[in-house]
Formats: sequence, structure tokens, C-alpha cells
Amino acid sequence: MKLRELVKKFNLEVKCAADRLDRKIEGGYVSDLLSDVIANGRAGDAWVTLQVHQNIVGVASLKDLAAIIIINGRQPEENTIEKAENEGIPIMVSKMSAFELVAGLCSAGISGTR
Amino acid sequence: MLGWLRGDLHIHTCLSPCADSTMLPMAIVKEAKRNNLQMIGICDHNSIENVEAVKKAGEREGLAVMGGVEIASQEEVHILGFFDEETSLWDIQDVLYENLSGENDEDVFGKQLLADEYDRVIGSNKRLLIGATRLPVEGIVHLIHRLGGLAIASHVDRESFSIISQLGFIPGGLTLDALEISSLASREKRYALSQRYNFPLLTFSDAHSLKSIGRSFSSFLIEEPRFEEVKRALMGDKGRRVSIE
Repeated sequence: MKLRELVKKFNLEVKCAADRLDRKIEGGYVSDLLSDVIANGRAGDAWVTLQVHQNIVGVASLKDLAAIIIINGRQPEENTIEKAENEGIPIMVSKMSAFELVAGLCSAGISGTR
Repeated sequence: MLGWLRGDLHIHTCLSPCADSTMLPMAIVKEAKRNNLQMIGICDHNSIENVEAVKKAGEREGLAVMGGVEIASQEEVHILGFFDEETSLWDIQDVLYENLSGENDEDVFGKQLLADEYDRVIGSNKRLLIGATRLPVEGIVHLIHRLGGLAIASHVDRESFSIISQLGFIPGGLTLDALEISSLASREKRYALSQRYNFPLLTFSDAHSLKSIGRSFSSFLIEEPRFEEVKRALMGDKGRRVSIE
């Protein structure tokens, strides 16, 4: 599935890097500990988190993640959006909780294992 | 004249729900002196309400006490803030309470006791001090500095509530005054941190019980055990410095 389809299907609010939505999602990962994402995230993952700090962009960039999805309608900090725009990392906001969103992603065929 | 003084600046009192109820002002001061510390710091979770009592106990017993607080950011990063002025302590307290929700459940998290300088329990705090504030980590460091304080990232080697566990790495441009490493950090870990980050490294006990006081401390080459001297040691001013060896 491409990011663009994901945005539509889950009614995500795209906060930045809207020109990068043609990337294919290879899998998914959910964690709020950035050290854990550095250890276990994989290239092409859609990363589901509640963290809004600018370091999420650094981690996504380091691990070549496809996108960051922030849950519970939490809004990323301004410098986070700015940084993500510069680095070309799409950040999307979902109104759903992590539990609901991940369940939806799994039903849509996005897997946590490869 | 400069001399080496031993300081354990991260000690909790009975106000922190996770600390022993025996962590009373006089008891802490006496235990610190027994362990040959010349300076201690009081850092309860999100509250400064026992600082004054420990300071008074310290004055009576001849032990320097620095007033501080261990603040939990919205990312659940713990940051130590130290202040010289009592007004700054109360100022930061106001901001923390405005940004902290919930009520403590003693049966789940533990008691949050307020004590006087004679170790008498005089009340308890009802807020959820173990919780996280709604303040971002950058905002906390900025606030500490605006109030003339020192901002030190707590136990950066630990797997929970440390800036590195929560945020993966220390954000560029964050003007911390030092990093605290826990008493458990290995030599390799210390070395790796000192190579990666350009901040002074300190180590303190993070004591939650009397027996832990002084199990880890830092040495300060300073004139006297005062806030300003500690600050100058962290900046390496005029021969002053810190050591964790």
C-alpha cells in the first residue's frame, strides 16, 4: 500500500512532506521510546507513536522510515514539522488511539513482521 | 582556595511516592555526613515542598544543601533543576503544578509526606507527583535557565525516563549544563557518553532510601559548597572542575 492510499483510508491529516506520499509502505512499527525505534524500526515502516518531539524526525530519517503517524489527534511541535518538511519525512496525524489505528493497519494488510 | 568536595546532588525525600518514608530531613542530612559528603541536593519528583526543611536541617548540622527538583517532561524525560534562590524554587513549582494533572493514590504509588526540619511529618501532598508534566523538554530547560538554575539530564544511561531512552539521542541545541549517569553505568558506557556528547558528566545516587545515599557521588574542585561554585565548576571557570572518578 502507498502512503497516499493510507491517508485516504484512515482519514489522516498530512502535516508535511505531502510530495512524498507515493512511497510504498513495507511494514509497521509502534513505539513511544525513540531508542527502541532506533533499535527495531525498519526501512519503509509506517511508525505509529504519540511522541511529538523533533527527535522523531531524526529517528525516522536515520532508519529510513516511510512515515510517522501521530495518534490521538496530538499535534506535532512546530519545529518538528519544519524539520520533517526539510528532511522529506511525511508526518500524519490520526484521531484514533494507537490500538485502533494499528488494528486498522493490520486489517489493511500492513504487517509488523517480514 | 580550591579543594575537592564530595557532592551527592540527587536525593529524594519522603515526598516522592517511590521513596522510603524514612527519607526525612534530619535522617538524610545525618546519613550524608556519615558518608563524608560535603554537599547534597534534594530533587523530589515535580515538587520542591520538602527542600526548605532539609536546608534547615543541613544548616543546623553544617551540611550544604542545594535545592532542586526532578521534573518529568511530556516525553517522560527526567530533568534535574537546581536553584540558588528560594523564590526560583517556588516559581518553578507554580509552573509545574499548573502543568501536572491527577491525584495520587497512596496505595498504588506510595505516600507523599511533607516533613519539617525535625523529621516531624506535617502533612502530605495530594497531587500525582509521579506523573509527567505537559511541558516539553526544551521548555523545561529554558524555564530552569530563565529562573537562574542549572539543568541536568537525569540518569542518561538508564532504559526508562532518560533523555536517551525517550528521545533516542540528545537533541542538538539543547543547552544542558551536565548529564547525570547512574551509579550502575559501566566504565564503557561513561566513556561512550563522554565521547559522543560535549557535556560534563556527573554521577549521583538518586537515593530513594537512606542506605543508598552517597553510593554514587561526584567530586567538585571548588572554593566552598555553594550553588554558584558548582555552576562555575561545570563551566570549568578558573581552575574549578568536576570529576566522577
